[in-house]
Amino acid sequence: MNGKVTSISGATVCVDLADLKVGDRVFVGTNRLTGEVVRLDGTIATVQVFEENRGLGIGEPVISAQGPLTVRLGPGLLGGIFDGLQRPLPLLQKESGDFISSGQDPSSIDCSRSWDFSSDCKPGDRLRRGEAFGKVREGHIDHLLLASQDGILTQLHTGTLQLKQPAATLKGNQTLYGWHRWPVRKARPYRSKLPPTTPLITGQRCLDFLFPMLKGGVSIVPGGFGTGKTVLEQTIAKFADVDVVVYVGCGERGNEMAGLLDEFSELEDPRTNRPLMERTIIVANTSNMPVAARESSIFTAVSMAEYYRDMGLDVLFLADSLSRWAEALREISAALEEMPGEDGYPTYLGSRLSGFIERAGVVETLSGGQGSLSMILAVSPPGADFAEPVTQACLRVAGALYMLDTDLAHRRHFPAINWTQSFSLYSDTAMAHFIEQHGEWAALQARCRDILQREDALREVAEVVGMEGLQDADRLLMRTAEKIRLDFLCQNSFTDDAYSTPQNTIKHIAALTAEHDRLTAALDDGALLDDLLEKSRKEAGDAPL
Amino acid sequence: MRLSEHQYRSVSAIRGPLLFLERVFAARLGELVRIESPDGRSLTGEVLKIFGDQVLVQVFGGTQGLDTCKTTVSFSDAVMRAPLGAGVMGRVFDGSFRPRDGLPMFIPEFRVPVVGAPINPVARAHPEEFIETGFSTIDGLNTLVKGQKLPIFSCAGLPAREITDQLLRQARLPDGGPFVLVFVALGLTYFEYQFYRQTLEHMQSRFVAFINLADDPVVERLLAPRLALTVAEDLAFRQEMDVLVVITDMTNYCDALREISTAREELPGRRGYPGHMYSDLSSLYERAGRIHGRKGSVTMIPTVTMPEDDITHPIPDLTGYITEGQLVLSRELHQKGIYPPIDVLPSLSRLMQHGIGKGQTRKDHRDLANQLYRSYAKGCDLRRLEAVVGRDGMLADDRRVLDFADRFEADFVHQGKERRTIDTTLDTAKKLLDEFREVSR
Repeated sequence: MNGKVTSISGATVCVDLADLKVGDRVFVGTNRLTGEVVRLDGTIATVQVFEENRGLGIGEPVISAQGPLTVRLGPGLLGGIFDGLQRPLPLLQKESGDFISSGQDPSSIDCSRSWDFSSDCKPGDRLRRGEAFGKVREGHIDHLLLASQDGILTQLHTGTLQLKQPAATLKGNQTLYGWHRWPVRKARPYRSKLPPTTPLITGQRCLDFLFPMLKGGVSIVPGGFGTGKTVLEQTIAKFADVDVVVYVGCGERGNEMAGLLDEFSELEDPRTNRPLMERTIIVANTSNMPVAARESSIFTAVSMAEYYRDMGLDVLFLADSLSRWAEALREISAALEEMPGEDGYPTYLGSRLSGFIERAGVVETLSGGQGSLSMILAVSPPGADFAEPVTQACLRVAGALYMLDTDLAHRRHFPAINWTQSFSLYSDTAMAHFIEQHGEWAALQARCRDILQREDALREVAEVVGMEGLQDADRLLMRTAEKIRLDFLCQNSFTDDAYSTPQNTIKHIAALTAEHDRLTAALDDGALLDDLLEKSRKEAGDAPL
Repeated sequence: MRLSEHQYRSVSAIRGPLLFLERVFAARLGELVRIESPDGRSLTGEVLKIFGDQVLVQVFGGTQGLDTCKTTVSFSDAVMRAPLGAGVMGRVFDGSFRPRDGLPMFIPEFRVPVVGAPINPVARAHPEEFIETGFSTIDGLNTLVKGQKLPIFSCAGLPAREITDQLLRQARLPDGGPFVLVFVALGLTYFEYQFYRQTLEHMQSRFVAFINLADDPVVERLLAPRLALTVAEDLAFRQEMDVLVVITDMTNYCDALREISTAREELPGRRGYPGHMYSDLSSLYERAGRIHGRKGSVTMIPTVTMPEDDITHPIPDLTGYITEGQLVLSRELHQKGIYPPIDVLPSLSRLMQHGIGKGQTRKDHRDLANQLYRSYAKGCDLRRLEAVVGRDGMLADDRRVLDFADRFEADFVHQGKERRTIDTTLDTAKKLLDEFREVSR
């Protein structure tokens, strides 16, 4: 079917093409720009174009792709870097040079690459859609090949498999390949959803100790500019104890993506001693790339994340930042002349967002295993004002809030997680696990919170009477609180301290509270704080500054 | 594809900088048009929207004197392109690429589209080469690297232009070489322009300038930075030069964007600025960078004047979300007579970590910077306490930290017109820290 462009307003284009469905992919113009049908009105379809469309003319041809926007899922995605439409950026560079031009469509799956295929299935086995019929070795994981339809196996490939070859044949001459397509806007199916129970170790003392995250959980990281959202997300991407990390740079800086790529290619995964990039998929749709592709980028990425979850793996999905996605949604909505809601965002922002976030969780997969998809999502509230719609919409569905504080960031306290306003609903569940490792965990956590809270109260007193006017016991508490803040909660991402095991974390805080108890006991025996501090200062051999 | 230039006299409406045309055949989005006014004036414009045979055109320059009967509009069948070539160096242009220095137009060697294609993220080389600016607060604590975009957040009345001027005169590349300057003035007053002219003269002919003065057409403020960046990309990535792009003042750019957006009847967002301002700004800022396998670089230093000194205002806010840090000027420091009045606490260079240390600056750089930050931040905290209880009511240790904060501002931040090498900067820092350690022993 062929149609024509009838009107153009920015990236929103109307075409007269019959037999389209909402969500269908179309190729617009002589350059074959990818677009998605967002609205139908009689024979006129409104199409959101995902690529730069300057120069597009009225009357240029439009072709339907006969189906929705999809991603290709198969072995070889790990270590890849894609744009919001899952086009591999290195291939794009080879084809069109250092600058991205429109109308290119290289495949995200290398169909001529060979894989060692093995299978426990045999001809005659009944396969159901989503079940594994074989596996290949991809980096550090067993990559399960999942059936794209039901049927009875009649023939199975043996030995080396190229992805363009059929991997198996079903009764009725249906062929199964090692890869398949999946519509990005549709959540991948599973048998059942399970409650998250296992902690996700991030290696960040502040998070693991005070606000733990669970595998299958969702947390949001809102923070004004310069509060360290990106550094925190990238540090978690490096050290989190998961099998696969999907990192989406959604409407953020190009240089950051370049830095991430450089660093991840050099660093090793401490668990497997293989390059970190081998467990990572990057989706990069920087802020100057087309807005509509920014909107689709998180769906592209989450589909890939779900695909690896379906192999029974623990997957972590990191997005930086969800606000840019919401802004893309707002721009598209404005171009469609929809009635705006709060701050100009469409009124369906909340429902669209919760639909997306519900793709996280622990599931029993269709092939019977258990996989998890966790999300840590950065939010960039304008003017660091957390009352804005995107932060609020996220808060309604997130299980943990890691609130980044501009004041802390200005003092170079990183990660700048505000310990009074952040929360984790997963605390109790995670605690059950941590207590197994260290019986004191809960008590120490309560103790640490208490000290930090009392410091706040004491500071108000000190502002009236001065530090001189405080009693020794109170001054000691202020000192311990400062130590907890500077030595324990602060963690420099650019040194070896960037990752702290739960064992070290608990040892560290236990040492700090033990010293506090020791000094308190000495004070009770009549010693003076200044003398005690002078003594420990001499022992440590450093100046206070 | 149309084979000849189309001409129309079917203007149906004129609204602000916008022209509505009817019965146009096969127009293109972003197509360049030439408009002849009844009195023979020639203007350019760009196609913004097309509904069938109705076309909405944005006019660069004023629409005064245009009418609906006699005005002729010719469609070029091409998007807007910037003329490029060796002749561009040392020249001053207006916001529409017309010479402003009284000399004839240079002969272009070729033309490229004004709206640049995004750099493929995998083609980007991560910026990590140290640039010595001669300012301690920048070199020592908010290091600038090649390919970075680092804005100056200023307030009305603060010496942003003196800092920019000094930075242009002083900045040195790692190999000691100078930059090529691409200077963009948006909505500048004549008074300020006079000031920058001296800076340009100092650059001899290693510059290209695009000047849009305060009484020039507002629409050209949207065009000028794009023309300038197209030139900058050509100088950097084809001719392999290190380019420094200075844009002053982005606040005027954003106000122009708001003005045009309102005329286009778009939904206003925060403070009336359009919802797509983030994407629009990033289409400028993100053109800074370096590319693997090419020698040149585009480093960008835009100036943003914060309305009402408010850093949460949409313009500095969105800028800060796109750029790799910010240099924040402080009225308080300025009133204390400190120059440059850069407040280091809210200032930040995100790319600093990779541009300092052994091989780039000095091994002890990172440590010194961390200690300075920590101690000064503590000092600023204690100043609040001091305001309530007075210095006498404070502990001896705390009084010392307060002294440190004062000395830090007087000796490290304040440097007047002196140019400091990175060694001098770090030595000053070290001396300051050592002194305070001595006293505490």
